[in-house]
Amino acid sequence: MNRYPLWKYLLLIVTLIVGLIYALPNLYPSDPSVQISQRQGNDLEPALMQSLEKTLNEHQLGFKSSELNGPNALIRFDDTETQLEASDLIRETLGREYVVALNLAPATPAWLQALNAQPMYLGLDLRGGVHFLMEVDMDAAKEKAFERYEDEFRDYLRNDKVEYLGVARDGEILTIKFKDAEQRSAGLKTLSSKYFNELQWQEQDPAETYDLTATIAPEQLQNIQKLALQQNITTLRKRVNELGVAEPVIQQQGLNRIVVQLPGVQDTARAKEILGATATLEFRMVDDTGNDPVSAEQSKRIPLGTQLFHESNGNPILLKRRVMLTGDYITDASSGFGNDTGAPEVNIVLNGKGGERFRQATGTNVGKLMAVIYIETTYDEQEVKGEKVRKPVKHQEVINVARIQDELGSRFRITGLDSPKEARDLALLLRAGALAAPLYIVEERTIGPNLGQANIDSGFKSILIGFVLVMVFMLIYYRLFGLFANLALTMNVVIIFAVMSMLQFTLTLPGMAGIVLTIGMAVDANVLIYERIKEELRNGAPVQTAINRGYDQAFSTIMDANVTTLIAALVLFMFGTGPIKGFAITLAIGIATSMFTAIVGSRALVNLAYGGRKVEKLSI
Amino acid sequence: MTEQTNESTLTLEQMAPVTGGRLIDFMRLRHIALALTIVLTLASLASIAIRGLNLGVDFTGGTVMEVTYPDSKNPDIVRELLKNNGYEAVVQHFGSSRELLIRLPPPEAGDDSAEAKAALSNKVLGILQAETAEARLNRVEFVGPQVGEELREQGGLAILLALGGILIYVALRFEYRFAVGAVVATIHDVIVVVGFFSFTHIEFDLTVLAAVLAVIGYSLNDTIVVFDRERENFRLMRTETPYEVMNISINQTLSRTLMTSFTTLIVVTALYVFGSEVISGFALALIIGILIGTYSSIYVASNLLLMMGITKEALIPPPKDNAELDAIP
Repeated sequence: MNRYPLWKYLLLIVTLIVGLIYALPNLYPSDPSVQISQRQGNDLEPALMQSLEKTLNEHQLGFKSSELNGPNALIRFDDTETQLEASDLIRETLGREYVVALNLAPATPAWLQALNAQPMYLGLDLRGGVHFLMEVDMDAAKEKAFERYEDEFRDYLRNDKVEYLGVARDGEILTIKFKDAEQRSAGLKTLSSKYFNELQWQEQDPAETYDLTATIAPEQLQNIQKLALQQNITTLRKRVNELGVAEPVIQQQGLNRIVVQLPGVQDTARAKEILGATATLEFRMVDDTGNDPVSAEQSKRIPLGTQLFHESNGNPILLKRRVMLTGDYITDASSGFGNDTGAPEVNIVLNGKGGERFRQATGTNVGKLMAVIYIETTYDEQEVKGEKVRKPVKHQEVINVARIQDELGSRFRITGLDSPKEARDLALLLRAGALAAPLYIVEERTIGPNLGQANIDSGFKSILIGFVLVMVFMLIYYRLFGLFANLALTMNVVIIFAVMSMLQFTLTLPGMAGIVLTIGMAVDANVLIYERIKEELRNGAPVQTAINRGYDQAFSTIMDANVTTLIAALVLFMFGTGPIKGFAITLAIGIATSMFTAIVGSRALVNLAYGGRKVEKLSI
Repeated sequence: MTEQTNESTLTLEQMAPVTGGRLIDFMRLRHIALALTIVLTLASLASIAIRGLNLGVDFTGGTVMEVTYPDSKNPDIVRELLKNNGYEAVVQHFGSSRELLIRLPPPEAGDDSAEAKAALSNKVLGILQAETAEARLNRVEFVGPQVGEELREQGGLAILLALGGILIYVALRFEYRFAVGAVVATIHDVIVVVGFFSFTHIEFDLTVLAAVLAVIGYSLNDTIVVFDRERENFRLMRTETPYEVMNISINQTLSRTLMTSFTTLIVVTALYVFGSEVISGFALALIIGILIGTYSSIYVASNLLLMMGITKEALIPPPKDNAELDAIP
């Protein structure tokens, strides 16, 4: 007899209910909203929110609701225009102590939230925003490490009072020259105690000098690259935070790349500028030994212990080689305007170590001239022997020269910036910290918010139309069995949405195409089964036996056919990037769930209608 | 008695809706089909070799911008405008007359710094907005030459890997001749779809590549259903010749083949007509792929089996259905 076990009915009902619940949040459209948090991550005061609400009301910017949730606050609006206006207003009101970011907040009702049900995460091609793939210049990271080792060697040897003739670098080998073997062994003792296995040492004896060479161990080289990547990710996070972006994605990809996704960001020019910027500051004393910078520039003879720079007006200036302070010691920076001059300026706060260092350095130089140098590194690409080589070009400009009136502590300000924008960007970059190695953009994909919405609309439209057409066709061709297949198909779509939402996969435009394709292909299982049933009937099998055999015999075919499509989806997932991955995901989920709904689901319906009784005729 | 029940409940039309109860001699046309297959494949390969593919920015590197104007805009004006500013761009309508698609080639190496390449779209937008302030940027895609090269390599690798994986699966589940037949049919489909894009010069981008991979899955799906029936019939029918077994199997699966191809065609056509412009190439590749995949599962895969001399003996003793393999998702 053709019976269907109770547990399968129950499984089906439970799956359907769970599926419906977790697919439901997608029916509530997200609200354009503004997300507010304090820069230090402290909890926000309710009073602050009340005053904000009042301000918004005063400017007649209607909002839907405002929620305060520990360190985060969310104000929802009806449309994007109000949201944009309000975010500008809020940013202005709160000042730079707070991060104000645009967000698309899900409007999931509380009871669904309690079940941890969330809408699908929309990809950038659906919500708008910008995607960058950035590459870390690992050669530059290596270069930096060599420079650091050189400096450290000198410091360590000097501290241990080891006499050495010089430190030089040739390619990837650092050579320290000593006068005699004794000093060399003392040097080796000093240096090898400072570095465990990072460096590999070797003694060499060319004519006249006693050399010690150091090469970086391969593991250490890898380490340097890993650290550069990690520090860059950290810095990028801080910078993105400064830009005010809700739900940014910053991830490592491969060995030397970083993916940055900024949903909702419209001003891509500024985003690009800030993310890749290398601007930092350096402080040096002006040479006071009476050398003439103009003649030094013309003769190209730079006096010992000095370095030639240019001021913003192009005049040459000689500065001492020794750097008093670098941007690394800066913990906070803000831009503003000078009270007396009205010119843009940056207020700087140093950390303890930097403050101490700066106090000492300025204390011994009261009455002398100090220069502030603005440094920016850009990269030029050149072709050398068919290989593309990027060469760093360091732009250094003395933006300010001032006489030290008094010992400077950990708080001071610098002027000489061209524009308020330059001051603002410099302050941001100093706050967020420098990049360990330069980054450049190797891929960019920007989607405007309107296009994102248009993509959602057209995507849903094609899903809906495809869905309806397939259902009509199935109904005409298979009648009641067509209806069963349609119900199974509907359940399939619900489960796809539920699984996507539960696992928080990203829905992309190709992902929607994957759902459309699945709808077309999902009925295949039912078609296979129904054709088998028809055939069994034609061969003279009784109705119930025909149903049983139809389902049983079609199973292995369905399996084989779907596994091959799954293999293709898997390969797509492995090789695909971004949106294409979304297609692979929906296709794979759709195929997997369709097997369940088309086989288990439709069978249950067939048996509800025909099972356990004598049937003369099937509506197939 | 059961025989009678069936006779009374089902009409001839319902029993064999596609063939009307008659056996169509598909295999009779196999020589003509073989010729057609060879011509299609060679023509596609020739087109790919001679015309090449209109590769999208994903693979060539470069910049693509989609800009919306408040009123309809002549692409020539914009092309001229950009030319006057030193940019050689391809400008065309995209979707509507208010929307323009602007393609900028990847700058030559040594031409410009990496930053400048990434900033290109901002500069171009600046130029466009200087002329029409309301010009709005919908989309930018910038792909560095190196990334383009990587995507190209990965794309080729993905197709090979998908074919390889499928070959292994079919070889495990069926006999090796089936695997060869399935993979040759699938390669044929891939070549024809790519050839179509080469011939029409419609842009071939990442989404089209994804569609080609989906076609591989789909076309195989179709082939396997036919194969499955052929294997079953080879074991059941002891007196028929392989030629007859093929014909009967194809007839038996015909209505399923047509039904599934039809429903899938319906949805991808809906996607092509109502979907976003960005994925029209994707939908088109699927439409072609489904049509050609249906053809190839009959006239390439089964034909090849026959030519390779498939026999009953090759399938006996019947390999046991492997439960472990069934469990593979």
